[in-house]
Order: sequence, then structure tokens, then C-alpha cells
Amino acid sequence: MTGKILTSRKPLTRKIKNRIIAVLVTSLTIAILVVFLIPMIYGIVTSLKTEGQFAKVGAPWWPATEGQYEYEGESYEVFKVPIDGEIKKMALVVKGRGQSQLVDIDNPEAGLIVWDGEWRQLEPIWEFDPQWGNFLEAWNTINFPRLLGNTFMYASITTFGAVLSASLVAYGFARFRIPKKSILFMLMLSTVILPSAVTLIPMYFVFLQFGWVGTWLPLIVPAFFSWGTNVFLIRQFIMSIPRGVDEAAMMDGAGPFRIFFSIIIPQSVPALTAVALFHFFYAWNDFFGPLIYLAGNPEKYPITVGLTAFNRLYAQSFNLIQAAALVTVIVPVIIFFFAQRFFMQGIVITGIEK
Amino acid sequence: MALSALRKPRVRMTQLQKKEAKWGLLFLTPWMIGFLAFYFLPMLASFAFSLMNFNPAVPDEAAFIGFQNWKQAIITDKEVLLSFIRTIKFAGISLPITLGFALFLAIILNSKNVMGKALYRTLFYMPSTIPLVATVLIWNGVLSEQTGWINVIIQKLTGIQVVGTEGLRWLADPRLIYYTYTMFGLWGVGNAMIIFLAGLQGVPTEYYEAAEIDGANWLQRLYKITIPLITPVIFYQLVLGVITTLQYFLAPFVLNQGTGFPNGMTRFFMVYFYKQSFTFFNMGYGATLAWIMFIAALILTITLFGTAKYWVYYAGGERK
Repeated sequence: MTGKILTSRKPLTRKIKNRIIAVLVTSLTIAILVVFLIPMIYGIVTSLKTEGQFAKVGAPWWPATEGQYEYEGESYEVFKVPIDGEIKKMALVVKGRGQSQLVDIDNPEAGLIVWDGEWRQLEPIWEFDPQWGNFLEAWNTINFPRLLGNTFMYASITTFGAVLSASLVAYGFARFRIPKKSILFMLMLSTVILPSAVTLIPMYFVFLQFGWVGTWLPLIVPAFFSWGTNVFLIRQFIMSIPRGVDEAAMMDGAGPFRIFFSIIIPQSVPALTAVALFHFFYAWNDFFGPLIYLAGNPEKYPITVGLTAFNRLYAQSFNLIQAAALVTVIVPVIIFFFAQRFFMQGIVITGIEK
Repeated sequence: MALSALRKPRVRMTQLQKKEAKWGLLFLTPWMIGFLAFYFLPMLASFAFSLMNFNPAVPDEAAFIGFQNWKQAIITDKEVLLSFIRTIKFAGISLPITLGFALFLAIILNSKNVMGKALYRTLFYMPSTIPLVATVLIWNGVLSEQTGWINVIIQKLTGIQVVGTEGLRWLADPRLIYYTYTMFGLWGVGNAMIIFLAGLQGVPTEYYEAAEIDGANWLQRLYKITIPLITPVIFYQLVLGVITTLQYFLAPFVLNQGTGFPNGMTRFFMVYFYKQSFTFFNMGYGATLAWIMFIAALILTITLFGTAKYWVYYAGGERK
């Protein structure tokens, strides 16, 4: 490789210096990454703890419960006990002031051993014990199947609408000579920076007249009328498709719709995928719209609003909150890992070329 | 070529052009309907609403009251200006940190010295895909003053007592709260990072080679080549960031139902707008606040564009 040829001409000290820099920069990156992801690790670890673990002083940072030992049909707590010059794992059977009776869990046949000392000062043995049941509890309390179903319905319908309408409009902008086209295009892009609040109240009022408030319609219908950024992204992509192909099709008598569906759409798949992903994530994340239009209809809530309501009710159950939050994370993160490439490309097109 | 031969196609072209324009407009229809129905008319209507006293619970009492709402918002109601100032203060803290961090990550990930770049890029981007509500709740836990890991780790590393009510109260201390909210935002840094990264990759390598021959060190190359060449990207991010932050709403609402805790610090403009419009249903007043936000966004955008000629570099003086 060229890199190798280049470096081999450099003096040895230079090579070593570069190697050291590489190691340093890489370690720095990893260190930042670890700090960056600490909250995620915290979320996962916390979601697996029992609620009791938060209150216990000296509890470990990982999900654990105090060890229990079954002795003659009863369950007892296990402690680290300094006895005969060594530390043994012993179950506390009879608690006493100044003197307790314990059983050595590695040698239970020895029977009860009397130990002089304050048992309250003994250190408990913590055992790794993830509470997977927290996820089940969160899942059921918050009625996740319904929230996920609502969110999924909303996200898929609006994604379909957004991709279809944006690709039609993008085709119009990319391929047709229309008077005042550049003004229309600028107008479309300017809507991107328009704060949504400024149109919200009349729209709410109109939807109220339609009887749509309390339903998903105010959130779904507008998605079918194309949004600026989506159009922009697809238009940029269509402009990069050579015109020769659609001109040839036109010569053969294909009309614009035919060209759109059989040439433009199949060729624009990467851009359409990017828009679909962006919109899907947007909808999955959408909070303000559902909060306003679905207020007071918990059976219609999407996951974001449902999670907020859950947080309000269970604010003290750190473990359940984290479990619930993580459940909402799973779908987008999985999609992201599979569709990364389209994502990154789409971001680059919208971000750089504007 | 004969004149008639030239003329004939021209006539046919205009007919074709008309046909083409018609087809084009047909394809633009969804956007044009959407623009009229969801942007243009609602904006005008919003202005009309701002001149009215309107509550959907008692629609019969709606009345035209002139500029009374505007007068109230600008002069009487101090909360409007206060919430706007809070929003700007928060933007002043969060935008530089967020954009700086995004640029920093992009520079690291663009460096030829880092091994395994694709993996880091994925992992740094990943939290951006998490719904913001979940992000806020996860950070709310990790920053908790008693049980949160951040305080525990700081205490372990520095030995300073920061855990507990006397320590670092990330979510309750008015001096810290904007930094705390900024941290939530750092998890959404992915898009900005990728855009910066693409910008960095667009910088011609010859510039760096020339600079290296001239003996410029890493820092000089960063300040004299990299940063100036990606100012258009910074500018784009900044405009978008200002508009987004102006509408910041989610965290104060999810964590404190918009009460402004701590000390009213998080009663941002959008939170106040929501309260007036959808808690008290003062929709006439809400529309006024929305218009004020629109005007503020417009002024800020125009100002930013005005400053662009002093610091944004467009290669060859060409702007897209």
C-alpha cells in the first residue's frame, strides 16, 4: 500500500513518533467514548437492580442481591466473617447482641458456630443477580405493546406518506422547467427554519373543528404533503441521475408518471431509504405533536408520551424507569445498526450541500 | 440554416415548455397544497388569532381586541422577555459546547492516527438514535445527586465530597442546570459530527501537505486550514442550532412538567408558549407568543447571515 511505501522512506525515529501519536490519540478516543457511553451502561445496570439495592450503603455498583443460604429449610443472609484468623463465608442463623450463631456455608456439616462480635458490622456477601423481571414489570405497567403498536403505526404510515410525497415533489423540482422554480424552491427550504409554533394554534383550531383532536389524523395527514428537507435530499439525488435514461424513455413514449415510477424511483433507492429512515426516527421521537393532539387519550399515546407519564408515576423506581427507557431504545438502535450506511449518506447530502 | 427552420422548433418548444411546466406543477402539487394548508394560511391565521381573545372552551366569547395581546406580551407580561432571555442564555451555553464537541469528535475521527475509526463513529452516533425522552430519563438517573454514577465517579477520582444534597446537584442547582441540559444534548451530537466529518473530508489534502512542508504544526494547520475551510458547515449548524434551541421544550417538560424547576430557570420560551396555549387555552395570547418567536427566529437568522460575510469562507466566492 502507498502508506507503507511512504513511511518506509521516513527516518526510523519519525516512524516511532507516529506510532506513539497513533496510540495516544486512539487511547484518548476510547477514553472519551467510555465517558460518553457511561449513562448507557448506567441505564442497563440500573434497570437490572432491585429497588432495595439503592438504599443499601455499601452495595456494589452492579446488579446484586445479598447472598442467601438455605440451612435446614430456612433461608439466611450470608456475611464475610473473620474467624480463626481467616475470613469465611457464613450464614447468619441466630442473630444476637455481641454473640451470634452462624453456619459455614463451605462446611455446613460442622453445624452452628458461635461467633463473638457485632453482626451488624459484618460485610454482606453480594451476589450477581440481574432482575430481568424489571423489564417485564415495566412492560406490563406501561402497557408497552399498545404504546409500541401506536408508535409503529404512526411511524410507518407517515414514513410512507413522507417518502411518496417528497419523491413526487423532488422529481418535479429536479426534472421539469417550471417558471419561478427557484423562488418556489427557496420558499420550500425556508419552511425548514420556521418554528412550528407559529402555525400550531390555527391548525389546532381547524383540527378541533374537524373533530380530529384526540385522534392521530392531525399528525398523519400533514406528512402526506411533503417536507422541505426530505424533498431537498431526494432532489439532490435525482439530479445526479443522468437524464439520458429518462429522455430515452420519453422518446419511447413513456409519460412522466411512467418515468417516475419505473426509472426515477428504482434509481433513487438510497435517497428514499435515507428519507424513510429519517422520517421513521422523527416519528419515533415525536413528542410535542402527540402531546398536544392526543392529550387526555392515554390509549392512543405513542411511546414518548407514555414514557413521560410513566416517569411521573414511578419517579422513585429508578430501576423501572431505566428499564422502560431502554425498551424504547431497542427498536431505533437495532434499525440504526443495520441501516447505518444510508443514514450517514443522507446526513451528508442534507448537511453539506445546502 | 433557413430562418423558417429555426423558427418552427421554437414554437414547438414553447408548447412543449408549457406542457413540461404543467407536468412539473402537477408533481409539485403535494408540496403546494401542504405549503398553503400547513404553513402559509396558518401563519396568516395565527396573526389574526393574535388580535383576538380566544379560548376554545368558550368559543362564543371570542372577540377582536386589536393589539392588546401584543401590548401585554411586550410590555405588561414580564415572563415573555424573561423566558426569552433564559432561552438565549441556554443557547449561549449549549450551542458552543455541542458544536465544539461535534467538531472535536469529527477531527479525531478524521485523523489518520486513530485505529478503528468506523467503530467509534458508529458508537458516537448511536445515542443520537435514542428517543430524546429516553435520553433525558437515562441522564436524569446517571446525574442523580445521590445514586448517580457521575457524582460517585467524580468523588472517587478527586476525593471531593460531591455526592448528596451538599454536593453537585446537577438537576436542582440553578447554576448547573443549563450545563446539565447541554449534556443531554451531547448525546444527540451524531448528526453534527457526521456533517463536520464530511466537511473535513472535503478539505483538499494538498493544503495540508503544503503546510507541512512549510513547517506548520498540527495546531496551526487546524486554525489556518481546517477551521476556515469548514466555516460554511459551522455556519449551517449554527443557524439550525439556534432555531432548534429557540423551540427547546422536551427536557423541562419531561422532568418537571414545565414548572421551571429549579428556580424558574427552565421556563423557556416554548414552555411558556405551551402553558399559555394548551394549559390555560389562551389561544389568542399563544398565537401572539408564537408570532414573537417567529419574528425572533427571523431576526436571529438574518443577523447570522449578516455576520456570515465576516467569517464564513466560501471557496471561490461561490455560494450555493
